[in-house]
Amino acid sequence: MGRFSTRAIVLGLAAPLGALVFSALICAFILMVTDHSPIETVDAMSAAAQRPRTLVNSLNTATTYYLAAVAVAVGFKMKLFNIGVDGQYRLAAMLSATLAGAAFMDSLPSFLRITMTILAAMLVGAAWSGLAALLKVTRGVSEVISTIMLNAIATYLVSYLLNPARLAQNVPGSNNISTRPITEGGRVDGLVVTGSTSKIFALVFLAVAVGFLYWFVLTRTRFGFELKTTGLSESAAVASGVSVKKMVVYSMLISGAVAGLVGMPQLLGASYSYALDFPAGIGFTGIAVALLGRNHPVGMAVAALLWGFLDNTANSLDVAGVPREIVLIMQGVIVLSVVVAYELIRRYRVRAEQHEVGRALGRTKTLEEVSS
Amino acid sequence: MATQDTGEPGGHPAVELTGITKRFPGVIANSDVNIAVRPGTVHALVGENGAGKSTLMKILYGMQRPDEGTIFVAGKPIVFTSPADAIKAGIGMVHQHFMLADNLTVLENVVLGGEPRSGLGLDFDTARRRIREISDNYGLNIDPDDLVDDLGVGARQRVEILKVLYRGARTLILDEPTAVLVPQEVDELFGNLRELKAEGLTILFISHKLDEVLAVADEITVMRRGTTVASVLPKDVTARQLAELMVGSALPVPELRESTVTDRPVLEARGLTVTSADGRKLLDNVSFTIHAGEVLGIAGVEGNGQAELVETLMGIRQPASGTVHLAGKDITRTSTKHRRESGMGYIPEDRHRQGVLLEATLWENRILGHQTRKPNARGLLLDRRGARADTQRIVEEYDVRTPSIDVNASALSGGNQQKLIVGREMSSKPDVLIASHPTRGVDVGAQAAIWDHVRRARAEQLAVLLISADLDELIGMSDTLAVILRGAIVGHYDPATVTPQELGSAMTGAGREG
Repeated sequence: MGRFSTRAIVLGLAAPLGALVFSALICAFILMVTDHSPIETVDAMSAAAQRPRTLVNSLNTATTYYLAAVAVAVGFKMKLFNIGVDGQYRLAAMLSATLAGAAFMDSLPSFLRITMTILAAMLVGAAWSGLAALLKVTRGVSEVISTIMLNAIATYLVSYLLNPARLAQNVPGSNNISTRPITEGGRVDGLVVTGSTSKIFALVFLAVAVGFLYWFVLTRTRFGFELKTTGLSESAAVASGVSVKKMVVYSMLISGAVAGLVGMPQLLGASYSYALDFPAGIGFTGIAVALLGRNHPVGMAVAALLWGFLDNTANSLDVAGVPREIVLIMQGVIVLSVVVAYELIRRYRVRAEQHEVGRALGRTKTLEEVSS
Repeated sequence: MATQDTGEPGGHPAVELTGITKRFPGVIANSDVNIAVRPGTVHALVGENGAGKSTLMKILYGMQRPDEGTIFVAGKPIVFTSPADAIKAGIGMVHQHFMLADNLTVLENVVLGGEPRSGLGLDFDTARRRIREISDNYGLNIDPDDLVDDLGVGARQRVEILKVLYRGARTLILDEPTAVLVPQEVDELFGNLRELKAEGLTILFISHKLDEVLAVADEITVMRRGTTVASVLPKDVTARQLAELMVGSALPVPELRESTVTDRPVLEARGLTVTSADGRKLLDNVSFTIHAGEVLGIAGVEGNGQAELVETLMGIRQPASGTVHLAGKDITRTSTKHRRESGMGYIPEDRHRQGVLLEATLWENRILGHQTRKPNARGLLLDRRGARADTQRIVEEYDVRTPSIDVNASALSGGNQQKLIVGREMSSKPDVLIASHPTRGVDVGAQAAIWDHVRRARAEQLAVLLISADLDELIGMSDTLAVILRGAIVGHYDPATVTPQELGSAMTGAGREG
């Protein structure tokens, strides 16, 4: 990336902002066509935005979205499409919840319990994505296909295990089924915010740490360099002595391990058990967030916050008589238009830089000609 | 056929360009270009890469519009807005890279895009007759019903020419037509060009191979830095003078002074055999030894196993049998990374696919292939400052023309990318350099610089495996020459005595000797 700084920043922001404005216009149009007032909708959303509870919930949602996005981005950086983050985190959350809730854990120190739970989740996530990596390097199976299928298998596996006869129990007073709840010492207390009944997930700091590590590994380490190289040009990577198979395995394992973290803030900060109603589908949201944030650690954070905010204000739309599905439309349009916008900007940037170089060199050339 | 100008004195030039100027934002690609091409002649346009030849041809073929200046065809000013206009005016272009569909016949390729209709069906018979006619008239020796896949490179080129003639061109632009041909095929092509000329057609021949230009052209226009600097007749100039016109200064030759060959073997290949998935032998029992201070040149028509040889030596491909030894150690089963770390430098054949990351900065490209070593890494971490400083040094020492080391490699011209690659590979002080077409697509100035660096390293005991399609370069730079044909080494030659023609024969398997 060039250091033509002001322009680089403007260009970097142009695509996501443009996509945002474009999708707002589309949504306004749809609202008008369906006899709703766009102004009232914005009103309802901004009213919701002023409630601390909405903001806390947005941040919490964003935390899990961000972790999912980083998991996806690790693969994206080397053109690997880990569509299986969804299955990975659900299986990881379920099994680590079982471990965290197990009776023998009650006697262990709190720090150890939490660490063990998180590590277990990472291991399960990595193992599940590792299957896809193994299939790819040994049999050439596309990771897109295998991770999608592993998602389905994870769904069945979780529903098989989440059964009173096996790892779960009935929740008293409801027909929900859950793993054994995690007792006090195994939980991670949230941060209290005045004016809000929800607490901020303390594991938001875990997400920040993961984001920092992601940035550090990619830009500062040999491993990150080889990963990016593989993504930019596999043939150049091979010629440079990078073992592409090894990189596939490593990045899938890392991606899966991060995916394992996705369920942790919810599990340790709010649910305390894995039940039938544990949030699902976050892996796919992660793909959208990674796309919108261009796999950039800060970009994805902004995208995750936006997504979290949109999700949480959707509730208030029902009250205003606007169908909440408008948020889904908006998110869909943002993702579609941002992908197009990024490609346009990328092409423009390549050409602009070539011109820039041409201009810089063109000048010296004339000088040379003058002096010779 | 509207303009049958036979070229008698006073007749209009077939094509004339006057005062053509073309600016791209910030760059002047052409400024005040003047060329007059007399009908019924072969007019050569020579110049270094980046001298503005391609832009000029794009203007003449209607792909780009000039900012200033006029194009005259047969004396009449004409504005082209698209290649279709140029074709209508009787100007046809034979591209350097063939644009043929392999799985179609010659006939189908020629009519593609302008299929002759008769009612609802296609009228192939008329087309077939016309193709035969053109082929016979100009001695192209093409059968319309041959499958393009079965044709050799020379024949494919003739199909391209035929395609253009079929569309009624009277002036043919040939862009670097000999780049893909071996010497014998070049002679055939020139024979064809003379026949075309004899039939009254006009040919604009773009090249930077000066011997060929002198052999075939009636007139020569030289371009330098976007403008035409001289128009000369071949009988008045030597290749050297022509080159100096192109470069604007005295010219280097690829030539090794005294021998620096030692008796210390550095890279040894023994009985290397590589087979493809379907069992064909891509490399067949290849053996050689390169000593410290020695350049071994491999001559061969592309696709005769050179790529496989290089990949096997670099550990990208595993041989079915045979061994590779580096400084006496068997490295046959080691990884590419290990080989690079043990002192093998690698200038890959395909710059864009293997040599650089186009969408990464120059300093990141400096790290590529050297990511485990100083000055790019400290332990498991990258040493960004070290890499950047060393990139700056390479940019200066190897004359990489760039405003900054923070631009992406895609912003640089091919020659400058290549200089960066050469600088990078030389900077790790390798014991062996595997150089595939190190000066391909590089202008004369950069070529000389690259040769200089190789020579200097050779004097410091570097062993080099040189693969090149440029026979002059091979002969000039090598201490020993081997010819590869269908994956096997078929002859050894002494570069001091061999001629390009002899090498050419050996490369095509015509005259096996040595």
